[in-house]
Parts: sequence; C-alpha cells; structure tokens
Amino acid sequence: MSRLEIRNLQVSVNTDAGAVDILKGVDLTINSGETHAIMGPNGSGKSTLAYSIAGHPKYTIVGGSVTLDGADVLEMTVDERAKAGLFLAMQYPVEVPGVSVSNFLRTAATALRGEAPKLRTWVGEVKEAMEALNMDPAFASRNVNEGFSGGEKKRHEIMQLELLKPKIAILDETDSGLDVDALRIVSEGVNRAKENNNLGVLLITHYTRILKYIKPDFVHVFANGHIVEEGGPDLADKLEANGYADYVSK
Amino acid sequence: MSLATTNYLTPTGREEAWRFTPLKRLQGLHDGAAIDGQRTSLVSKAALPSGVNFVRESLQPLASSDDVIIERVRGLTDDVSHLSIAANCELTEPIFLGRVLGALETAEFSRVRISLGAHAVATVVLENTGDTVLAEDLEISLAPGSSLKFVTIQEFESKSVYTARHHAVVDKDAQFKSITITVGGDVVRILPTVEFTAPGGSAELLGVYFATSGQFFEHRMHVDHAVPHAKSRVNYKGALVGRDTHTVWIGDVLIRAVAEGTDTYELNRNLLLSDGSRADSVPNLEIETGEIVGAGHASTTGRFDDEQLFYLMSRGISMENARRLVVRGFFNEIITEIGIERIQERLMDRIDGELEKAGV
Repeated sequence: MSRLEIRNLQVSVNTDAGAVDILKGVDLTINSGETHAIMGPNGSGKSTLAYSIAGHPKYTIVGGSVTLDGADVLEMTVDERAKAGLFLAMQYPVEVPGVSVSNFLRTAATALRGEAPKLRTWVGEVKEAMEALNMDPAFASRNVNEGFSGGEKKRHEIMQLELLKPKIAILDETDSGLDVDALRIVSEGVNRAKENNNLGVLLITHYTRILKYIKPDFVHVFANGHIVEEGGPDLADKLEANGYADYVSK
Repeated sequence: MSLATTNYLTPTGREEAWRFTPLKRLQGLHDGAAIDGQRTSLVSKAALPSGVNFVRESLQPLASSDDVIIERVRGLTDDVSHLSIAANCELTEPIFLGRVLGALETAEFSRVRISLGAHAVATVVLENTGDTVLAEDLEISLAPGSSLKFVTIQEFESKSVYTARHHAVVDKDAQFKSITITVGGDVVRILPTVEFTAPGGSAELLGVYFATSGQFFEHRMHVDHAVPHAKSRVNYKGALVGRDTHTVWIGDVLIRAVAEGTDTYELNRNLLLSDGSRADSVPNLEIETGEIVGAGHASTTGRFDDEQLFYLMSRGISMENARRLVVRGFFNEIITEIGIERIQERLMDRIDGELEKAGV
C-alpha cells in the first residue's frame, strides 16, 4: 500500500519575461489501487503538475510538499523518484538517437531492480509486454521514440509502465493522438498494470473518452493552477455535457 | 633516396589550411625540424589471402598535393608500402594493418598505397597505435567497379603526432567508404580527400572523433566532383571534454561545372560535454553547375539535451548512465558501420572509460 500526497503545491516556470506562477496550491492524495482523473482546459497547469512531480528541471517549486509514503519526493533527483516508485507516461516522449528500445528498457530495469534482469526471463518479459500491446517484435531494435508514430510512442510508454512496475503512475494525456483501437489497447495495458501491481493512477486528460476504458474512482477538475471541483465518476459526465466554461470563467 | 631539395613554404598559421592547427605541437613535421628516423612502421597483422599483396616498392604519387607536409614526405622518400588487391578478388574477411616501431624522438615519413583492381571488393582496417611522430601520404586507388571499405582507427598514445592525407581516387562505378575514428594522440590532423575520375562513382566519408584533456583533432575533407554523376556523403560526429580540448572539422565539397548529376550531402555534429572545449565546424559547398541531383550540408554543435536526460532519468537511470547512453547513442550510428564487433566494443568501452575519467 502506497500513498502519494501533494500538499499546497506551488510551482513557477522561468520564461524570458521572468518567473510565471503555474500551480497555485494543489492538494491531492493518491493511494495504491485508486484511479484519479484530472481534467481541465488547455493551459490550466495539468502537465506542469505531472512534470513537477517527476522532477523536470524547467519547473521551480515555490511552496508546498510532495511525499511518497512519507518520503520527501521534492528532495529526490529525477532517477531517485523513479526508484521510489513514481512513473510519468509522457505526452511527448523524447527521441534518443542511437539507443535501441531493448537497450533502454534493460538499462532502466537494471537501475530500478538494482541488478540486471536475467537475460532469459527478461527476453520473455519484454516479448510478452510487446505482444500484449500489439507491437511488432522489430520494435525492440528501433531507436527510442525515433520515427515512432504518435500511437507507437504511447504504446511504448505503457509498455514501460507494465515492465517497470511503479507504485504510482502519472499518465499525461496518454489518450491524445490515439485512434479508437489504439486507445483501447493502451487502456487495457493501464488496467493490467492496475490489476497486477495494485497501481495508483493519476490520469491527466482533456477529454472524457479515455474514462470509458479506464474507470476513475475520483474526478478532479483543474483550472487556473488548482483543483476547483472534485467528485466521483459522474462529474466526468457533467463535464462531457457542459465543458469547462463554468470553471474557466470563475 | 632523398629528394629534399625543394624550398618548402613553411606554414605560419595564417594560411587558411593551417589557421586552426597548433603548429608548435607538430614536433617539427611542418617546418623541417623533425629528424627522419628512417622507420617504416606499417605492417600486415595476419597472413594475406590469395590475390592480395603487401610489398615495399617505388611508386610515383597518384595525385598532386598542396599540403606542405605531404610534399615533404614525397621529397624524402619514394619508397611506398603497397597493399594491392587483384582484379575481381572479392574478400570476405577484412585485412588488418597495424603499426610497429614507434618513437617520439625522431619522426617517420611514410608513404602508403592501397589499390583495388577492377571489380575487387575489400575491407581494409588500419589500426594506428603507439608512440609516434608520423607524417603520412596515404593514397587509395579504386579501379572501375571496385568497392572498398577503409577503416582507420587513430588510437595513438597521448604524446603522439599524426598528420596525414588519406586520398582516394575513384574510377568509374567504384564505391569508396571510409570510416575514420580518432580517439588517441596529442595532435591528429587528417585530410580525407576524394577525387572522382569517371562517372558513376560514390564516396561515403564517415567519422567519429572523441577528444579529451587538451587533445587537438582536425579532419579536413575535400571532395572533388570533377566528373558527372558521382555521389558523395559525409557524416562526422565529434564529442569533446576537458579544458583546451579542440576539434576542427572542415567539409570542402567542390562541384565543378562539368559535374552534372552530382548528388552530395555533408553533415557534422559536435557534442560539447564540458566547459573549456572548442569545436570548429566549417562546411563549405562550392557549386559551379545547377544541373545536379542534390547538394546540401548541415552542422550543429551543442550540449547534452536536457529533455533526453530527463526522459532517461525518469525511468530510474542515473545521470551518469543517462549521459553515457546518450553519448554511446550519438556515436553508435557511425561505429556500427565498421561491422566488426570486437573493434566496435573496444571503441565503446574506451569512450565509456574516457567519460568516466573526465567525470562527465
């Protein structure tokens, strides 16, 4: 049982025009096995929340705290956060030229498990994860995210989620750019990780359609750098009908 | 037999060709001060297959040179170490050449010829190692329809100086591919140059240099498209670390008026891994005809990409290992072109080791 606690988190980003406040006091608690959907209009700060928790250097923590099972996440380096059990599935995964998917995955698994996975079982593990996501075996020898289609990039992110077995995963607009079939395949991957590893999920999205596949326990509406309304799955239905207009004008 | 009677114009550093080179570190190779140690260090490292000969003989140069050090070499000796591969001979295994008898107190002036007969196919690997002060005039002759992959690896010891021209003359429909790896030596200055003498030829010049702790590595290409319908590709990648480390890449490509149908592209990328290093990168495309298939160049010099490092680290990979992966990946594209596992691994291990030593 793990718990990610975000308390009064305030974050700014440096721009040419000086520091701009993006997150203005975010409070959120995610436990193992729970799925929280964060929904909100573009520019509301959803992605900033995701990247701040993962430790992207672009963002400055101005105040508040993030803890995972009581440990101070904000004091950790980016890799220490991953080792503590956090995972960020990125909206725009980065190309790493010359580094194959298989080399990357094995290096990551070695870092997270503290020892190199045994070659024989590892090959099987990767094969299984790729098959489950309908990925061509040739994928493993391609360079990380290089020349991947939008759908391939997202499958690759979710494959990592399944292989690396984090405690809490943040999915940043994983649904964007996916057609219906890919959305279903990717969602099934997230659901498997929930089932197999009792994963806690923070699902960031602009649209409600992914919530038909990944059922949220809680829905939080995000606007202007903080959470403005919270509720159960039915809140998503209300957003589907009315949009974000009510919250943006507040 | 010495013909050293010419009055060579000793470079001063103001000439275009010498403006980057630290002349004081050339151990007198450029100004005549170096003493000829009368050495011939090039050796074949294994028994040669049939159709292949390696002999010393007197040969006239294939092509003229305006490089003062090459002129000095030619003035001092017409004795050439000649590796020849007979016409129609298709070698399945690489030929390995290496070095013996190095010294730092005196210099070696070396002439080398590699020649392929018509339709011959070969891979030649030249492993440059040891303590040496070496000026080398290396010429490659590709007869019609022949194909050569020429790998040179500069793994000299830290006080060595190597200045050389690696000049390929590419005849009709011949294919030349060079992979030039430079990781060792105090000063290494190589002129990989190509001239096409008949249509249909192709040249691919690939290179990797990794300079650390004050090393100076210069690679100065010249590709002369003097005939129609030839193709050239240049792709060099470099990484630098440490104070006063300096690399130079010059990419001169000339498309003459007669060279219709030319297809050329050149690329140089540099990765600066620490402060205090300097990478000069000068692509230079001269086009005298518009009737070409394509001509282009690109040059970039930058630091680690923060987004790449963040992505890798967000998967639990340490900063140190993330940087190592990025550097390995950066060089991988070209190193894998060597196609010889043992050498590829040795080079990657060396790069890892240098990174560790430099504390990157």
